[in-house]
Amino acid sequence: MNTAYPNQVSGPADGGLQRAERKYRGVKRLLRDAPLLSMTLPGVLLLLVFAYLPMFGIVIAFKNFRVSDGIWGSEWVGFANFRYLFSSSDAWRITFNTLFLNALFIAFGTVAAVALALLMNEIRNRWLNRVLQSFLFFPYLLSWVLVGYIVFALLRMENGLVNNALAALGLPPVNWYMESKYWPAILLLVSVWKSAGYNSIIYLAAMLGINPEYYEAARIDGASKFQQISRIKLPLLAPVLTMMTLLQIGRIFYADFGLFYNVTRDSGMLYETTDVIDTYVFRMLRTVGDIGMASSAGFYQAVVGFLLVLLSNLIVRRMDKDNALF
Amino acid sequence: MHLTPSERTAELTPSQPRRAQVGKLFLLLAVAAIGAICVLPLVIVISASLSSERSLVEWGYSLLPREFSIAAYAYLWHQPDQLAASYGITTFVTVTGTLGGLLLSSLLAYPLARRDFRWRRPLSFYVFFTMLFNGGLVPTYIVVSQVLHLKDTVWALILPYLIVPWFVLLLRTFFAMLPVEIIESAQMDGFGEYRLFFRIVLPLSTPVLATVALFASLNYWNDWFLALLYIDDRRLLPLQYLLVTIIQNIEAINMSANTVTTAAPAESVRMATAVLAIGPIVFVYSFLQKYFVQGLTVGAIKG
Repeated sequence: MNTAYPNQVSGPADGGLQRAERKYRGVKRLLRDAPLLSMTLPGVLLLLVFAYLPMFGIVIAFKNFRVSDGIWGSEWVGFANFRYLFSSSDAWRITFNTLFLNALFIAFGTVAAVALALLMNEIRNRWLNRVLQSFLFFPYLLSWVLVGYIVFALLRMENGLVNNALAALGLPPVNWYMESKYWPAILLLVSVWKSAGYNSIIYLAAMLGINPEYYEAARIDGASKFQQISRIKLPLLAPVLTMMTLLQIGRIFYADFGLFYNVTRDSGMLYETTDVIDTYVFRMLRTVGDIGMASSAGFYQAVVGFLLVLLSNLIVRRMDKDNALF
Repeated sequence: MHLTPSERTAELTPSQPRRAQVGKLFLLLAVAAIGAICVLPLVIVISASLSSERSLVEWGYSLLPREFSIAAYAYLWHQPDQLAASYGITTFVTVTGTLGGLLLSSLLAYPLARRDFRWRRPLSFYVFFTMLFNGGLVPTYIVVSQVLHLKDTVWALILPYLIVPWFVLLLRTFFAMLPVEIIESAQMDGFGEYRLFFRIVLPLSTPVLATVALFASLNYWNDWFLALLYIDDRRLLPLQYLLVTIIQNIEAINMSANTVTTAAPAESVRMATAVLAIGPIVFVYSFLQKYFVQGLTVGAIKG
């Protein structure tokens, strides 16, 4: 490594000289790296402020936070905030809702995305394929606010499209935003509607990577379309499928705040089935103003969420190094 | 790049034309149904924005306007204060955030893609660790509002999304695939790192830059969360958050209060505002769609 500076001189008398030379080399190397290092500087600083500073700020979960005292000045209270949080029924409810609803989204979302990919893979007509792809992406482009508008147009009490349809069938109207029992299904539909098209592209790309000779061989052997799908496409898709699912499971402790806040219109009557960790933290912080509860729930999410990400990534890494995040 | 199956299986075996026909019909029906499910909800919103207020109150929403009217748009045209301000804010935030984010993210990603950069590993870890662990809402909120004092400034809407690690990952993956020879020969010609980056690396990377630009602009244009957290000043309300406030309260539109409000067309105005908020994103998407698909697959399956 040091070929440029061979050790011509040695012996105790020259130690100081060597040290100076090493230092000089260090400076020189740093200077050589300087342009590339300086490129990263703005990004590094932004991450420091908006990602790393809050990471250290997580200690406020163990404090009685007061604005006037700041993060460091506030009084330490140990686990008091956590005792408070976990002795309430809220902790169980938001944990269950987050895990249960996300599990539903992952399961049905994956099935829908794969089905859409299979469908697109069958369409030979280029134009039709293109149009379908644009349509499938479309819900992904809309903000959660707009999705909330659309759902409201469908479900509102008076003159909502669904209630009008119920009336046409001679059924009584439902006050959707007051009845929590329907909401896991509603949220599931909305979630799949918004993201299945987007996710299907990933599976479609994997399917297009399958060697066409497999199909030809299967056809010659008299395999039906259905057999081609179940015996060739799905097995060959399995690695990508497992990977994507594992990565989603890694994030199962984080809910999509936009979905839960806008689509339910933050209706208190629905919290029983729709309150998740993210909405709870937000409400405690901004509506209730209980920073202790908010920060302890946030800490709980950050730590458990981190462990789940690590675990799922570890499994992904075992299966295929390239698809692991780290 | 559109992902269309190649023509490899285009020919149907002649022995089963009947079944193939049925299959084709079934396929077409499925496509039509799925396409409808994707866009019909939006058709309802557009239809409502073009309906007369009376018909909305009377019959509710429908797929086609029962009583066609452009009153809602006319109303918005004559009451432009809040809407124009919000459009301005959202446009400024989207343009600044997208361009700034694109520049700073690629400046960050490029050294991480260079194999001869000695700080590559520690810096990569520094960047991507933030994808695995974050402090969560409460500390972030306190940092932005009480340490940086960004509340009620337009920077609170821009800075938090400027560096998105996932975009950095996309960019780095792409930069790393550029042939090393190009970089080496430019260095031989005496190009400094910055000139190399701006004159050679960036121009060669338009596909990934377009992808990230589209994702980033979508991120900014559709954002309402940062405003929900940090903005109380009405003059700084972005479009999406304006929509959040007016779904409860039509007064938000005529806050200028210099007009005697004669029964504002509340329902249809809400929907017209929603339509105006979608317009630009659909426009941009139609231009960048091909990159969108490409970028997605690059991001999903690395390498």
